[in-house]
Amino acid sequence: MATYAMRYAVIQFPGSNCDTDCQAALASFPGVEAEIVWHKETSLAEYDAIVLPGGFSYGDYLRCGSIARFSPIMTAVRHAASTGVLVLGICNGFQILCEAGLLPGTLMRNRGLLFRCEHRHLRVESSESPFTSALEQGDVLDLPIAHGEGSYFADKEVLKALNQNNQVLLRYCDADGTVSDEANPNGSLENIAGICSHGRNVFGLMPHPERVCDPMLGGIDGRAIFQSMIDGAFAMQAQLPR
Amino acid sequence: MKAVVTVMPKPAILDPAGVATGRAMEHLGLKGVRSVRIGKSIEIEVDGADENQLHEIAHDLLSNPVVEDYKLTILS
Amino acid sequence: MANPSITPELIAKHGLSAEEYEKVLGILGRKPSFEELGVFSVMWSEHCSYKNSRPELRKFPTTGPSVLVKAGEENAGVIDIGDGWAVAFKIESHNHPSAVEPFQGSATGVGGIIRDIFTMGARPVFLMDSLRFGLIEGESEQSRTNRRLFAGVVAGIAHYGNCIGLPTIAGEVYFDESYNGNPLVNAFCLGVLRHEQIARGAAKGVGNPVFYVGAETGRDGLAGAAFASRELTEESKADRPAVQVGDPFREKLLLEACLELLASGCVAGIQDMGAAGLTCSTCETASRGGTGVEIDIELVPKRAQGLSPYEVLLSESQERMLVIVNKGQEAQVTEIFEKWDLPYAEIGVVTDDGQMRVRNGREVVVDVPARALADDGPIYYREAAPFTPPVGIDLNTVPQADPLTVLPRLLAHPSIASKRWVWRQYDHMVRTGTAVLPGSDAAVFVIREAGKILAAATDCNAIYCRLDPRQGARIAVAEAARNLACSGAVPIGATDNLNFGNPHKPENFYQLRAAVEGISEGCRAFDIPVTGGNVSLYNESPAGAIDPTPTISMVGRIDNPDHITTQYFKEAGDILILLGEIGSELGGSHYLLAIHGRKEGAPPALDFTKEKAVHQALLILIRQGLVQSAHDCSEGGLAVALAESCFGSRLGAMVELEGADQRPDVILFNETQSRIIISVRPSHTAAVETELVRSGIPFRGIGAVTGGDDLTVTTGASVYNWPVSSLHEIYEFAIPRLMEG
Repeated sequence: MATYAMRYAVIQFPGSNCDTDCQAALASFPGVEAEIVWHKETSLAEYDAIVLPGGFSYGDYLRCGSIARFSPIMTAVRHAASTGVLVLGICNGFQILCEAGLLPGTLMRNRGLLFRCEHRHLRVESSESPFTSALEQGDVLDLPIAHGEGSYFADKEVLKALNQNNQVLLRYCDADGTVSDEANPNGSLENIAGICSHGRNVFGLMPHPERVCDPMLGGIDGRAIFQSMIDGAFAMQAQLPR
Repeated sequence: MKAVVTVMPKPAILDPAGVATGRAMEHLGLKGVRSVRIGKSIEIEVDGADENQLHEIAHDLLSNPVVEDYKLTILS
Repeated sequence: MANPSITPELIAKHGLSAEEYEKVLGILGRKPSFEELGVFSVMWSEHCSYKNSRPELRKFPTTGPSVLVKAGEENAGVIDIGDGWAVAFKIESHNHPSAVEPFQGSATGVGGIIRDIFTMGARPVFLMDSLRFGLIEGESEQSRTNRRLFAGVVAGIAHYGNCIGLPTIAGEVYFDESYNGNPLVNAFCLGVLRHEQIARGAAKGVGNPVFYVGAETGRDGLAGAAFASRELTEESKADRPAVQVGDPFREKLLLEACLELLASGCVAGIQDMGAAGLTCSTCETASRGGTGVEIDIELVPKRAQGLSPYEVLLSESQERMLVIVNKGQEAQVTEIFEKWDLPYAEIGVVTDDGQMRVRNGREVVVDVPARALADDGPIYYREAAPFTPPVGIDLNTVPQADPLTVLPRLLAHPSIASKRWVWRQYDHMVRTGTAVLPGSDAAVFVIREAGKILAAATDCNAIYCRLDPRQGARIAVAEAARNLACSGAVPIGATDNLNFGNPHKPENFYQLRAAVEGISEGCRAFDIPVTGGNVSLYNESPAGAIDPTPTISMVGRIDNPDHITTQYFKEAGDILILLGEIGSELGGSHYLLAIHGRKEGAPPALDFTKEKAVHQALLILIRQGLVQSAHDCSEGGLAVALAESCFGSRLGAMVELEGADQRPDVILFNETQSRIIISVRPSHTAAVETELVRSGIPFRGIGAVTGGDDLTVTTGASVYNWPVSSLHEIYEFAIPRLMEG
């Protein structure tokens, strides 16, 4: 698999905590430069891909992501998404994308009411996306979650469309890939852990791939997602006029 | 009986969520925000309870009297 | 608005004795103002001045070649970790506030210790906590209260730690009757910095402006420090102004802003506002700087109406810092405050007269020598009661209980059972450094920025401390070091949180003195400094004092990632070796307490030379790549240690304890010290044996890891068998069942 020079923007909101974690994980891929971009910036033109990292932007006050979605940078994120630039929202980043309307649905309080941090199994539902192209449908990944509000909800119409368009990319499952209620850590509808946009270039997921990119930290299943993006961004570059 | 219990942080208590929301409002162009305080509204429908019982529940369960005040409104 | 006049009642209400008040008169040469009375009362309270414990604390070993900032100098001690990097760490308590409001009490405790670390210029990277509650089983009102406190404390720590983005990677939780009404919440934080980044809390540079930054001041925790120095009574439960609410988001902004400030080079001194808030930070920075500080209360950002100068001075609103800025560089500093959207104000100036002077506009309300407040508080030499050593256990009075039922009961005891219910609520993976997650003997954390690997553990068996405080404290140090050794680490420093009852009672004071002496001996034995710590006294309620609880948090270093070791068995066929003796001591054991209802006997013996020899031998084996797993024996003895080792990968074990001619319950559940169970690949046993013989420590082969579901232990004629899966279920679900019904 070829690796290419690409510039990632990792957006830093007041309260983002996983920004440097994402930057470090990305920097472990040859040819990738990851920069922290402050939420008050207004342009993301020089970046090949954008990451909205996990954390507690604005303390998760009012609703998770509800204040961050109004940050100046979000106009640039929205614009980039509309031109096909890859946008990855991890945990709080996923919540912000939903609040901003870049992804449908919303994340609600875990049904067990407690914050939950642990490794989970995720089943890859589709490899037809720039975020899962390095994987195969049915693959089981080991990714950690850490959230109090990760229960995905969308109304019936939206869910139907998501399924019809193969927009559900990851579901919580057990060790051998069975998607069951027992394997669902937070009550998400249909065990949904990650979805992409209709255009497939925006992806939000509750688990943290950046936490499993280093064998010393308990696993490397997160690398496949970033590798897919790196390959996917090259494909985008090849298509766009220069 | 229908009732609403509104639970708010006590006036002297810091409300971090309110503070952050107030600042966000200012950033969205609302000038002169002096205070924002966030609480909960609990809507109750119950058979055969009297007002005193509801006050007890509101005090013991629905609010944390150390840091919160409650207001009970009987609707019907 | 007129201040109340100074009467004997008012003085007493402020917690000042008649003699202390006389001392105030002598220092000022006049009667104090109401504000000055308040200021002396907080600064000379036990919580701020350690007036009852300072003479004892001087006994700690605090120096050494790796010590860059020693205990007592600043907010936290700093230890070198090589290549120009250093760590700042400390543990602190928030016991009394947690009894009144467990969520906010524990949350603000976490907030406070984090500030103590970043005020040193260090970026905080992980947290630990040591928690104690009363018993949580059953439906009595006390048990329900204890469950509420436990749930609230854990939720509060999770709320604050998760929001600010710091992983809580290790800890301990104990449940014992003696903590009824007096939960203990001890929070630890460690941060990393370069040597040249060490920041001091000193008001340097006469004429430098003094800035306030952080949350607006309200009526939070008024006189919180004085509050902590009085015992909990029914009245104090109604002391609502003593509850502080934490805002972890604000603190995250403050943390990032302060680190940027310190990197800018514009700051001459910085101090957080913790206990005794603005008062403490003002007089302490002046005292350290050998200067004076003058501030104007009118300029302080406030969030409530009509705050009096007294209230502003004593308020314990959280998330606030005092920053002494280099004159002329104010603009750079305020730009950083604006970026992070933090309230701030220039409130004063550094003077050369050694006074803490507070104005309210034109009126001077406080004018006191800073040193008198910060350093020259009263010191008391309390009386220690003579100690009666406990009587050893007469085995004839302990009926032999069947190990088949004892082991599951011990594993179900909340003090021993899995704490997953707790740490699953903490984000223990943020900052991508946790190489060994909670659940093993010690946590292991990789500091990415520095390329260094640290291990950390927190320990205290308070039963031993109750029976013999000196011995219990010695063992706490040994156990922490043993846990680090089991992870492949060498200890580099320790911090202590001393939790005791009312020091005016001689039996309690003896406990404090003996514990300090035990800790000092232990740290000297391991050649590590005490980097600082915290004293929490008056942990007593009408029900009585807590068991003496000197919590030790110890940090170690691992020089090679290959040395990182965990307690879980790895592969079927691995050989089990016990380092140390089979042992026989039941005094103070959880077996005696949980099964026989007795908190009696003498704690086990401890020989530091033998203990160190075991750690050394283990580390040599680990460094040679010969150890698959290592786990020490503590509460519940060998049997519990074996079971816990099986749980990680659900591998059973076949164990034979040959040549042991004691009662099976004694063999399996005794708590003799200096014992570690290791598992070793069959191909490595010869090399391991050679090394262990060379080391001279006692050791014996005790069996092997099996692929099946059984833990089988044979001692003499008795054979005991437990299915690992059912033991694991009991261990894992003990606490969730009690807490979630």
